[in-house]
Amino acid sequence: MTALPVPAPDGVDLGVVAQLRDRVTAMQGGPPRLPLPTHPALAELLQLRAGGAYGVDSARLALALVAGASAAGEWVAVVGWPDLGVEAALDLGLDPARTVLVPDPGDLWLEATAALVDVVRLVVLRPRGVVDPKSASVLEARLRKRSAALVVWGDWPRCEARLSVERVRWTGAERGEGRLRERWVRVAVRRGAAPPRHADLRFPAEQGGAARLERAGGAGRAEGAEGAGRVVGRVG
Amino acid sequence: MAGRVLVVWCPDWSVVAALAEEELSLGAPAAVLSRNVVEVCNGPARDEGVRRGMRRRDAQSRCPELVLLDANPERDARAFETVLGVVEEVRPGVAPLRPGLLALRAPGRYGGGEPHAAALLAETLVGAGVWDVRIGVADDLFTAEQAARRAGVQEHVVVGPGESAVFLRSLPVDALLADPAAEELVSLLRRLGLRTLGDLGALPAADVGRRFGTYGAEVHRRVRGEGEVALAARTPPPELAREVPFEPPLESVEAICFSVRTTAERFVAGLAERQLVATAVRVEASCAGAHGEDVVVSARSWLHPRHFSARDLVDRVHWQLQGQSQGSVRSRRAAGPVLEPVTRVRFVPETAEPAAAHAEALWGGGADELVGRGMARVQAMLGYDAVLVPVAQGGRGPAARQAAVPWGERPVGLRAVDRPWPGRIPGPAPARVFAEPLPGEVHDASGVPVRVDDRGWVTGEPTTVRVPDAGWLPVDAWAGPWPVDEAWWEETGSPVRRAARFQVVGVDGRAWLMACVDGAWWVEAGYD
Repeated sequence: MTALPVPAPDGVDLGVVAQLRDRVTAMQGGPPRLPLPTHPALAELLQLRAGGAYGVDSARLALALVAGASAAGEWVAVVGWPDLGVEAALDLGLDPARTVLVPDPGDLWLEATAALVDVVRLVVLRPRGVVDPKSASVLEARLRKRSAALVVWGDWPRCEARLSVERVRWTGAERGEGRLRERWVRVAVRRGAAPPRHADLRFPAEQGGAARLERAGGAGRAEGAEGAGRVVGRVG
Repeated sequence: MAGRVLVVWCPDWSVVAALAEEELSLGAPAAVLSRNVVEVCNGPARDEGVRRGMRRRDAQSRCPELVLLDANPERDARAFETVLGVVEEVRPGVAPLRPGLLALRAPGRYGGGEPHAAALLAETLVGAGVWDVRIGVADDLFTAEQAARRAGVQEHVVVGPGESAVFLRSLPVDALLADPAAEELVSLLRRLGLRTLGDLGALPAADVGRRFGTYGAEVHRRVRGEGEVALAARTPPPELAREVPFEPPLESVEAICFSVRTTAERFVAGLAERQLVATAVRVEASCAGAHGEDVVVSARSWLHPRHFSARDLVDRVHWQLQGQSQGSVRSRRAAGPVLEPVTRVRFVPETAEPAAAHAEALWGGGADELVGRGMARVQAMLGYDAVLVPVAQGGRGPAARQAAVPWGERPVGLRAVDRPWPGRIPGPAPARVFAEPLPGEVHDASGVPVRVDDRGWVTGEPTTVRVPDAGWLPVDAWAGPWPVDEAWWEETGSPVRRAARFQVVGVDGRAWLMACVDGAWWVEAGYD
């Protein structure tokens, strides 16, 4: 039922593709996969859609993925993440008044997550151990029914897209001097078997939030020096 | 004829109320502190030399066994409510002046004259468990209060009609100090050589008004016995608390919750009739005592971010009783586990607010209402404190800068975020903050553990680091040490007190906030 995610060739407006995809889904009779508000720094890389499960491998990426929706007024739940840094979450734009934490769901993580999917738009899940495909499909069915999205920090059997950090560089700290100031991250987005798309992100220290760096070489290729780009957007 | 006034004074009421709530002996020296300064202390503490306005450490040095209590005006008022109720049973028209002090119109001939009536009242109050009662009767409120302050324990002083001025004239000016606003005036009077209230009263009214302002003139008028009797007698508050008895007593939490549902609905409806909603409710569960009387075994105040519905109340009863039977008592004020069958559950509104302030929008609460229901479901599944709401607060270490309150409660006692907090780690906030620091290790190039010496220098350059879920990693960059020296006198809490903080970046790009305490390394947070 899900349309196969195809990487857009250079020069094609992704918005048009997304609209066409929506119309195809609507004609197929399934529930519309509404786009969810996504952090502006990530929006060009990945548009969150209701009903999808997204995998990440870094805490800050997980927070950045849901921060856009939280700032736009949606509820966010964080399950199984007892050591969440509240301040970092707020810096990225999460609204504490519409965020709930279930730090330790224990064996009932599936039931608790399913109950939360019923009422909140985005759930961040940090599963303990391996998730079996059956539990995952139960939860995914619930996600589609309730028009919610799941961001999994860890392994998930079928991710719509998987974000991973490929290269990290910190600025500010020397050997014993200075302090951590900024982090430059190269993020790779993998959808199915398609080649990964890359983008450089910067998590600035002073303003909080994340800013996207547009790479000189465009999406799809992985060479080039870090930081050789220009800041296209910054959020605080 | 203008009515006479009877004043009942319970000295050091804050201490009495606090000791009663903590279930401590009234004979112990105790003081109520506000911002580290003694606000009220009781007789035994005064005997040891503790005085109002003293700092905590001074008070403790005078009297090491001093019981220190936190100031809580709501608790004082709540405890005084029972006194008001007892007095109202004897004679209606009670005007509460402040917790510990109340006034009523003196009963003329009832009980055989004022001394008898006062004695009767004192006896009733002592019977109700209020030991230190002093009563004064006079023509006006001010004189009656002063008379009550001259009375001994459980005694009364009656100032006859028209004798107010004579009575007041002999009092020292210090008698005014009962009113905190009078401090400046008393100090000024002393410096001017006016020792007694009679000295002040002898001055011409116009001059007093010019020199001491309106407040001074007011005091002058009272001292001359020209004060007015304007008692604002309170209307006894409507009985909003609801309770449900169980006969026979119930043991299962489920059965209790099922049975309290209609009572909870009546409670909410009773408030709604008066256009009120409760935002704080005290839930009390009682068991049968040894002599058949009710003993409150579990009592807890619950705060609600909006206001309580009947369903919320039933949930609170469930959590309160279940949490206690499992032994995981979260509440500070909870009174032990419910082991015996419950005979009675009682809902007491602690804060009732006008319903208009909490009215829903025209189109209803919508999504938020739905979210509340969903969270209640998760709470029913995992327990009351499994669903949390994150809050940021002020502090130095990353763990101190955040807190989480259970869903459905209001955060209280948070540190202000907007203070400077010198010594905190600047820069990007860590995305992972460990509530309990995890053990780690840092070695230098020759494999020797890195330490921080007494002068705050590192003994070697950190080259490899071991963090719990990453194993040994070469160090790419590091920053620090930043000395930490806080709360080392506390016996519990974080091990990071006298320490040096470091930021350590591994070659894989992950960074950690670590602390070196006496040669041992702890991981406090991760910049993941």
